[in-house]
Amino acid sequence: MAIRVLRSSEIRPRGLGRRVLRSSLLEALAYPHGVDRYVELVRPLLLGRDVRAEVTAVRYQTPKSVTLTLRPNENWRGFRAGQFVGVSVEVGGVRLTRPYSPAGCEQAADGALELTVSTHPEGRVSRHLRDHARPGLVVDLTQAQGEFVLPSPRPQRVLLISGGSGITPVMAMLRTLCQEGFAGEIGFLNYARSPTLALYDAELATLALRHEGLRVARGFTRARRSELPGRFGREHLAAVVRDHAAAATFVCGPPALIDSVRAVWAKDGLPEPAVETFTAPVLRFDTDGAEGRVSFTASGRQAANSGLPLLEQAEDAGLAPEHGCRMGICNTCSTRKSAGTVRNVISGGVSSAGEEQIRICVSVPVGDVALDL
Amino acid sequence: MPSAPPVLTPEQLEAFGRELDAIRARVVADLGERDVDYINRLIRVQRGLEVAGRGLLFFSLLPPAWIGGTAALSLSKILDNMEIGHNVMHGQYDWTGDERLNGKSFEWDTACPADQWRHSHNYMHHTHTNIVGKDSDIGYGILRMSEDEPWRPYYLGNPLYAGLLATFFQYGVAMHDVEAERIAAGESALDDEKREKLQAIWRKVKGQTLKDYVLFPLLSGPSFPFVLAGNATANLTRNLWAFTIIFCGHFPDGTEQFTEEETENETRGEWYYRQMLGSANLTGGKLFHILAGNLSYQIEHHLFPDLPAHRYGEISEEVREIRERYGIPYNTGPLHRQFGSVVRKIIKLALPPLPGLSRSEPAPGEPAAQAPPQKPAAAKASTRTLTAVKTSSRHPAAASTTSRNPVAPKARPRKRTAAV
Repeated sequence: MAIRVLRSSEIRPRGLGRRVLRSSLLEALAYPHGVDRYVELVRPLLLGRDVRAEVTAVRYQTPKSVTLTLRPNENWRGFRAGQFVGVSVEVGGVRLTRPYSPAGCEQAADGALELTVSTHPEGRVSRHLRDHARPGLVVDLTQAQGEFVLPSPRPQRVLLISGGSGITPVMAMLRTLCQEGFAGEIGFLNYARSPTLALYDAELATLALRHEGLRVARGFTRARRSELPGRFGREHLAAVVRDHAAAATFVCGPPALIDSVRAVWAKDGLPEPAVETFTAPVLRFDTDGAEGRVSFTASGRQAANSGLPLLEQAEDAGLAPEHGCRMGICNTCSTRKSAGTVRNVISGGVSSAGEEQIRICVSVPVGDVALDL
Repeated sequence: MPSAPPVLTPEQLEAFGRELDAIRARVVADLGERDVDYINRLIRVQRGLEVAGRGLLFFSLLPPAWIGGTAALSLSKILDNMEIGHNVMHGQYDWTGDERLNGKSFEWDTACPADQWRHSHNYMHHTHTNIVGKDSDIGYGILRMSEDEPWRPYYLGNPLYAGLLATFFQYGVAMHDVEAERIAAGESALDDEKREKLQAIWRKVKGQTLKDYVLFPLLSGPSFPFVLAGNATANLTRNLWAFTIIFCGHFPDGTEQFTEEETENETRGEWYYRQMLGSANLTGGKLFHILAGNLSYQIEHHLFPDLPAHRYGEISEEVREIRERYGIPYNTGPLHRQFGSVVRKIIKLALPPLPGLSRSEPAPGEPAAQAPPQKPAAAKASTRTLTAVKTSSRHPAAASTTSRNPVAPKARPRKRTAAV
């Protein structure tokens, strides 16, 4: 098992320690490997640049999830409620990175992070964390990313809608607002399959009692008894919010939930709510109508455009580009395009023709494309 | 003396290639924690030895500390360059997704910039293995290691150049990708690309020199000269060791060399076949294999350069069994014997070929075409039938360098030269 366990004496890098680690004299002495590659063997968290975190607590809210408390090292720059981090763990010798949204509030004491990881039958990282995470485990993190965040200054009314594991970023928003003593109105619609699978259920109830402006309603889509019947519909909104048109709305959950919320908003002629989903959308690629050639300039390889995302085309050409989520989230696969036009399969947007960084896992070529790979 | 290899039919070569592909696929499917744990443990040991060695050298006014420190640092550099650096840079651990084990970004503790090594070694040497004129590992551009290389009086210095190359091996390797010898000979121009490469080498050499010959000695104060000597000794030890192992990979008696026309339009099976004929193994214990970076399994390495090297030992029995079935000799032996034959070759090839003792030897079924070594008789495809070419009738003096066509389908020149 490739879990590194820390001794309790493990310390976080202090400001001075980090300055020393970054000194050019030490770098010259540790040439060419770099200081971190030595220090990490003894102190996995004491790094000059990389973000790592130690798991300090592990609890299980439901049979299909694990909730981790993490203490990041000093290179962690914090997050805004709603953002996600890339978490890398080694599973069967292979390092895998997955995006998870911290569920805690932005201003948590000593920068602690709370991640609730829901397991999926095919999810290697989620199952690995559920089965093997224990205090002392060290994971690699990216800095926080993502535009799904509470705006500053805060809006007057906030509506949060979540389904299943999608509760984590909106939970961070709710906790952050509560911590800030938010005086406005907050509505929270939370959907889960059943009460036993509902995350943060007890805490939502407690928060609703404590905060006057907060109204919470739950829907259990596969339970006999449910506060809100069935799946999301316009009629559910009245349970938590007086006027949904006036609320800044944040939705995170499976694509079906997002689609139904979008449909209501569209019908009312409202601007799109902020949405986020971590379920890979089912994408169809036009592999018959594909034209042009893809040139991988760094390796000198070329292939006819197959119409698939460039990451897959690169892999088919025998290259192994760095990648993570394969769904346009983590940016690991970001590669410089030196020429040509691509279409983003998530947004449908078409890029400009010039040089730019693109996420090759969700970009398909429109005609000839040259990539720096 | 290993017996000469057979000529295989295209069908046999294809089946042969498929069998090797199957081994590869099986190992790839089995890659996992064991491999990552192995390389991470080795990195831990190497970094530990390096820190311990440099630490001990701070006290190198005391002779035991000097000896211990220098030994630890030598081992560290050997592990860093061979079992870790060489193998990681082949991309053997790219599948782990760990950027610290990424073949494209790894840097090593030697003068050669990793990027240039990846080109000259991973691409040039591994693709064009033992093709005279294309694989500059044959003699590093300064030695005569093949009879196909015409003799010049310059090569009288062959043993001297080999000694110098071994001593300064890290710089020889560093200059590999620039092909300085070709620039000196006027065959290649010192263009912008080469200039950039030279600058990269200079940056790397500067970093290495600063660390080993300036900073660590200065930091140790009164031990300055001893630290300097310890670091120089560690670099020298690594140079001699790496030279020895690497030269045992492709030059012992019985390894074959090839010409460019022989290897045109190779199939995958033919490529495997050439890799096998051009490589030689070393026998030894587990620690020896680790210190050799498992290049002691040179044959397996050349067949599967991107499989984790610690797996070569495990698959070597199977590779050997396949080779035996196809009648291909398995060139292996202890270090002293293999290196002894390399040294003999270096000395032998310093001298001009003696015409009376060189001859072209026909294979059974072929017309006994007598021809001077540089102008081989063209053999007809129809005469180059099927498998095992018996070689028991070879002249006893028939020796190290044989250059032959690994495949039958086309009428290609095939020659066998007997060196003195």
